[in-house]
Amino acid sequence: LLQMLLCYLSRLAQPQVLRSRFFSLCVLLQKVDLHRLEEGPPLTSTLTREEGLKYYRTMQTIRRMELKADQLYKQKIIRGFCHLYDGQEACAVGIEGGITLSDHLITAYRAHGYTLTRGGTVREIMAELTGRRGGIAKGKGGSMHMYTKNFYGGNGIVGAQVPLGAGVALACKYLGNDQLCVSLYGDGAANQGQIFETYNMSSLWKLPIIFICENNQYAMGTSVERSAASTEYYKRGDYIPGIRVDGMDVLCVREATKFAAAHCRSGKGPILMELQTYRYHGHSMSDPGVSYRTREEIQEVRSKSDPISMLKDRMLSNNMASIEELKEIDIAVRKEIEDAAQFATTDPEPPLDDLCSHIFANDQPFEVRGATPWTKLTSTS
Amino acid sequence: SHFLSCLVEFSKTSPAAVQVNVRDALNQAMDEELERDERVFLLGEEVAQYDGAYKVSRGLWKKYGDKRIIDTPITEMGFAGIAVGAAFAGLRPICEFMTWNFSMQAIDQVINSAAKTYYMSAGAQPVPIVFRGPNGSSAGVAAQHSQCFAAWYGHCPGLKVVSPWNSEDARGLLKAAIRDNNPVVFLENELMYGVPFDLSEEVMHKDFVLPIGKAKVERQGTHITLVSHSRCVGFCLDAAAVLAKEGVECEVVNLRTIRPLDVETIEASVMKTGHLVTVEGGWPQYGVGAEICARIMEGPAFNYLDAPAVRVTGVDIPMPYAKILEDHSVPQIKDIIFTVKKVLNM
Repeated sequence: LLQMLLCYLSRLAQPQVLRSRFFSLCVLLQKVDLHRLEEGPPLTSTLTREEGLKYYRTMQTIRRMELKADQLYKQKIIRGFCHLYDGQEACAVGIEGGITLSDHLITAYRAHGYTLTRGGTVREIMAELTGRRGGIAKGKGGSMHMYTKNFYGGNGIVGAQVPLGAGVALACKYLGNDQLCVSLYGDGAANQGQIFETYNMSSLWKLPIIFICENNQYAMGTSVERSAASTEYYKRGDYIPGIRVDGMDVLCVREATKFAAAHCRSGKGPILMELQTYRYHGHSMSDPGVSYRTREEIQEVRSKSDPISMLKDRMLSNNMASIEELKEIDIAVRKEIEDAAQFATTDPEPPLDDLCSHIFANDQPFEVRGATPWTKLTSTS
Repeated sequence: SHFLSCLVEFSKTSPAAVQVNVRDALNQAMDEELERDERVFLLGEEVAQYDGAYKVSRGLWKKYGDKRIIDTPITEMGFAGIAVGAAFAGLRPICEFMTWNFSMQAIDQVINSAAKTYYMSAGAQPVPIVFRGPNGSSAGVAAQHSQCFAAWYGHCPGLKVVSPWNSEDARGLLKAAIRDNNPVVFLENELMYGVPFDLSEEVMHKDFVLPIGKAKVERQGTHITLVSHSRCVGFCLDAAAVLAKEGVECEVVNLRTIRPLDVETIEASVMKTGHLVTVEGGWPQYGVGAEICARIMEGPAFNYLDAPAVRVTGVDIPMPYAKILEDHSVPQIKDIIFTVKKVLNM
């Protein structure tokens, strides 16, 4: 009640002086839908200036990085699969705001944003997309197979990452380290049997796992109404408590994640979050994304619910930052992306010596059969 | 531990300390490794309170409790994925499939999540996991419960695939598999579980391990090489005993490991005997024997062959139920003897 009062008062006391900066802001959030929960995350969130600038910069970095990847793909410098995350930035950034880097996270193939929030650099992400030796997986993995500490990819098989995440959570509980695992999947994956198997075992064994469904309305070209008998993904865990949250608002995502993390760490077992979000690009770079949805729909989301604009407006209208300041961040981000793209296009491809390496860990080098019986290659760990 | 395994190889007159059947050898191996390293744990259907569907994990739950011996629901894809994820995060799981037939439910997790991850991550993410369970034909369990998976898993880079025959193999290879930092597919055989073998003191040592990727010559011979794995090794030895009475000395090679295949040991043997027969329980097409023959063709041993290399395999049919039909679906000793004589032009 006191918090609500302070919030109200701070709004009344908005100064008219353009240059004053509020160092923290109390934000009223959209209502959250609850399943099997008496109480949900708080309806207000306190955003400090430092946090605001950090979230802005990170989301903008993801946005620009993905757009650059789009460009490089069209230039045929990136090849194969490329699933872009622009539009969904508030999810990755908000989630990271609710956990720490000593917690664990695993997701599916739309993973570039998470690779960044989990400690990867734009340079090594882009160089992985262009298949160079400076890539985060030395060019061996590509778009869908990037890893950092406590980040287990980047997984290409729809749904398989969810039991893997529960395994990570099992290790957290086993080792007694008070850490948890965030296990993400999309609206398409949500119908996978192995996810329900994972709900079952996670609940039975009270694993510290946060299931997060990033519902961007479409699994490739199949809309949620056409693939799921129940599109209330936050309820699909049945006996697992669930919350449904506006995934375009970084603070909603953060508060929900904090709430979910507290639930897990208290030993109550799993919890499920559905983030309602949207991707501007098609499913992947080979999908224009307009045969199963309208351009008007995409435009509407962009103009009304863009996560970066939402945060920007919030900060500007509350004098938390100036336009110039944010422009400076934009310029810095642009430069970071340009430098990374430069690196990613000039760094050499992996050496052929690396072809057979990394088959086994901690092993002596061994011979690998090449394309012909006379081609004897060597594998090192 | 390598020294100890060498010791076992060379000392043919070491005293037999104790008789241990394959089941107990596996049980003791797991017990010792659970004790040695706290990160090792076992999960699978009925492994805990039931003592294991085939009693391989008998007594382990009583000793180690719920945390380390975990009964799972009947959800292979889910629990295999959980096991792999636990390996990602630093534990050393042993994931039991009640039989390898059920691994097909989870094969994506074995191949795409376990086998390939170290490579895809360029060495950032090792996967120290053992998948184990009975493989191949049993007795009267019919088509869906009798398939041999040696060739399927042996096909995939990133996996080590092991197929023990006797108690020494079972013990040494399982301990090695659990200590290995890579995904190991461990193919047991239900019909071998109850078979006892003499184990020496060296083998019973708690740090006894066998090298993965090294075959063993179980019987020296000069006329022909028989290469086999798992239960068929015993049939080869039985056939060799019968053939010896007719003056034919067979060299019997026990593969022990399907992948990586110890082609050097096979080549050395073929270069000595000039004749090769492979023997396996699995189906012929694209099988273990097919791979061995191809490798011999491509390598130095080809020039030493005095006859084409030939395979003895399971019959190319789903496994029937009736005993008479089942008996005729798998390689018998008489099939091995017949083949040897054909190859030797006797």
